[in-house]
Amino acid sequence: MSAVRTLVDLLARRRDPATLAPRDWDSVIGVARSEAMLATLAHRLADADLRPTVAALFADQRTAAKVAQRQALWEAEMARRALAPAGIEFVLLKGAAYAAAGMSCAAGRQIGDLDILVLAHDIRRTENLLLKAGWEWVKSDPYDDAYYRQHMHELPPMIHKARDRMIDVHHTILPRTHRITPDALALVSDAVASGASFAVLNPADMACHCAAHMLADGDLQGGLRNLWDFHTMTRDFAAVDPAFWGKLDARADLHGLRGPVRRAARLARDLYGAVLPGGWDRQDPADRWFRRRLLARDDWGRVTNPLLEQAFYIRSHWLRMPPAMLAKHLWTKWRKR
Amino acid sequence: MRHRIRIAVGPVQFRIGSDWAEPIAALERLYARYPQDDARPADATVRLFAARPWRRWLRPSVHIGGDFIVPDALPLPLSMGLLAAEMGMNLQVALGWRRHMLLHASAVAKDGRAMIMSGESGSGKSTLAALLGEGDWRLMGDEFTLIDPEGGDAFAFPRAVSLKNEAIAEVAARVDPSRLGPLLAGTPKGDIRHLIPRPEAVAAMHEPARPALLLFPRFGGETAIEPMGEGEAFVRLTEASTNYVALGEAGFAALTRLVREVPAFGISYPDSAAGIALVEQLWAETAR
Amino acid sequence: MTDRTYRAAPSGALRIEPLGELTAIFDRRSMQTHLVVSPMPEILEAVGAAPCSAALLVSRLAATFDLAAADDVQPVLAERLGELTAMGLVERA
Repeated sequence: MSAVRTLVDLLARRRDPATLAPRDWDSVIGVARSEAMLATLAHRLADADLRPTVAALFADQRTAAKVAQRQALWEAEMARRALAPAGIEFVLLKGAAYAAAGMSCAAGRQIGDLDILVLAHDIRRTENLLLKAGWEWVKSDPYDDAYYRQHMHELPPMIHKARDRMIDVHHTILPRTHRITPDALALVSDAVASGASFAVLNPADMACHCAAHMLADGDLQGGLRNLWDFHTMTRDFAAVDPAFWGKLDARADLHGLRGPVRRAARLARDLYGAVLPGGWDRQDPADRWFRRRLLARDDWGRVTNPLLEQAFYIRSHWLRMPPAMLAKHLWTKWRKR
Repeated sequence: MRHRIRIAVGPVQFRIGSDWAEPIAALERLYARYPQDDARPADATVRLFAARPWRRWLRPSVHIGGDFIVPDALPLPLSMGLLAAEMGMNLQVALGWRRHMLLHASAVAKDGRAMIMSGESGSGKSTLAALLGEGDWRLMGDEFTLIDPEGGDAFAFPRAVSLKNEAIAEVAARVDPSRLGPLLAGTPKGDIRHLIPRPEAVAAMHEPARPALLLFPRFGGETAIEPMGEGEAFVRLTEASTNYVALGEAGFAALTRLVREVPAFGISYPDSAAGIALVEQLWAETAR
Repeated sequence: MTDRTYRAAPSGALRIEPLGELTAIFDRRSMQTHLVVSPMPEILEAVGAAPCSAALLVSRLAATFDLAAADDVQPVLAERLGELTAMGLVERA
């Protein structure tokens, strides 16, 4: 069995870690690292009976992840200090949101940039306040800048001068030129408070965004991790709210995200053993391409089947831009290389 | 990967995979006497790979990969594959290790106490450590020294010592030729030859030592000793640590304790003999 | 500008360790290490939990330091408070 499948089986608790041989651990650990899920695995197996060196490595990972999470939440706090005095409210997205809300997928989760969502009419003021508070632009490529402003759903990335950490400011969750146009106003106005004095998306919206980010937005990089987020959050939301799946359906329809949300659920079932309500528990032949892409890692952590990877890159760009614009963008991008 | 080897150095178990046989063969020779444990899973992975399949044979150039990758890093020619492997091992530890605070420093030990020499490439820390290690000191490492955040002990990471340029001849004159790796001429860092640590140092690689003296050497210039305050030592060591930030409060506490408990000096010296004399003198005077 | 008030970090948030001429401060909220020299540690101690302006800070510090005329000192302290705010060690109140 391939290491990536073993990793998935360990996360889904279909496989007992005691049955892994030393060589199996080599590759499972390597693949988990390449999927940015080593600390997640370490949390999942925190109570398992493990070889001493594996247990020690996992303990290191859990400790390091806690430090990294504090750093990531501090970025959110500093953004709040910059924006709150001017009355700008923002909603935390992705990893920082999961951490602020104490969700189970936050355990061991690597958080990269800070992602926040603001209302479109606050975007200029947000930009100015962040610049005043010590953030600066990362890129200076003029084409990329125009592209971001006219076509993408976020400001060009900014980085803080002193802390060297990035912030991505969004005003919708998918680009304006995308075929699907989620309801940004609804996202912000229906946001809820997390435990830690930050606003986060409400549960159904959070799951919608997770699915959108994984399937309608990105090229499935980091897919296993995003799918794990989707799986654990929907499982936990449904456990406290029996009506959750219905709410998720309704919200997905509002945002035009029914396809990605349903697909994410089926993939969570196929890989992580998610239990789905009746109407969701279907088979879709196209899912197999996504499963293959999610599992396309060899035992040394390399992405296999590069052709498949290309297909996803083109597909994800196709979803973002009308085909004519796509051709122009890819040609310009290619020229710059 | 076609060719592979497993190497344990200090607390770290590596697995190294390569598209070519040569670097693996070179590693096998350097690390032949290191303890093997087949039942132990790897903590870190290094890959030496060809960017395109045909680059295995056509002007073969070795890209360094593994758990962590430096984007846009230039590959090395196959003749320097061993250097690529060593750089790869450094990279994975520098970026991935979390159990100890990593200092970019060499270290030698005597009577259970450690002398730590922190500096950049060219400071002379590797050469001094190698020469002291041929005397009555135990070589702990020439590149990284590990500090246990909880107890403050120094732990060894005794990889093959990377000797550069003039240091090669200096050390070669004192050791059996079987302890030296191949000459890698004209690398980006000059000429390099690896020295296999003495068997005693390898056998003792899991033994901790209490830090007792902290030095910041500078090769070249008049012999000089400059006592260093806690504050300056702290700043210099944060710059010399690749994982200080990732350790959070544990790193802060460890470093604070280290600079408060261990006397620190900047030293400069014109040649190895002067350097050795200087450190022996400081050790006799200050190490408690 | 002169009306700005600041608040210290909550107790337990900062770990302060003097190291000779430097003071090392570990902020447990951000996991950041700050290295400062006098008068920063003294300023941090003088800003309390209640909102404190630069003017109030002058009077508090005058108790322990030999300060020049308040007019000269206050803008300097205001600048230092700005720096401490950027570092996250104090917060605008």
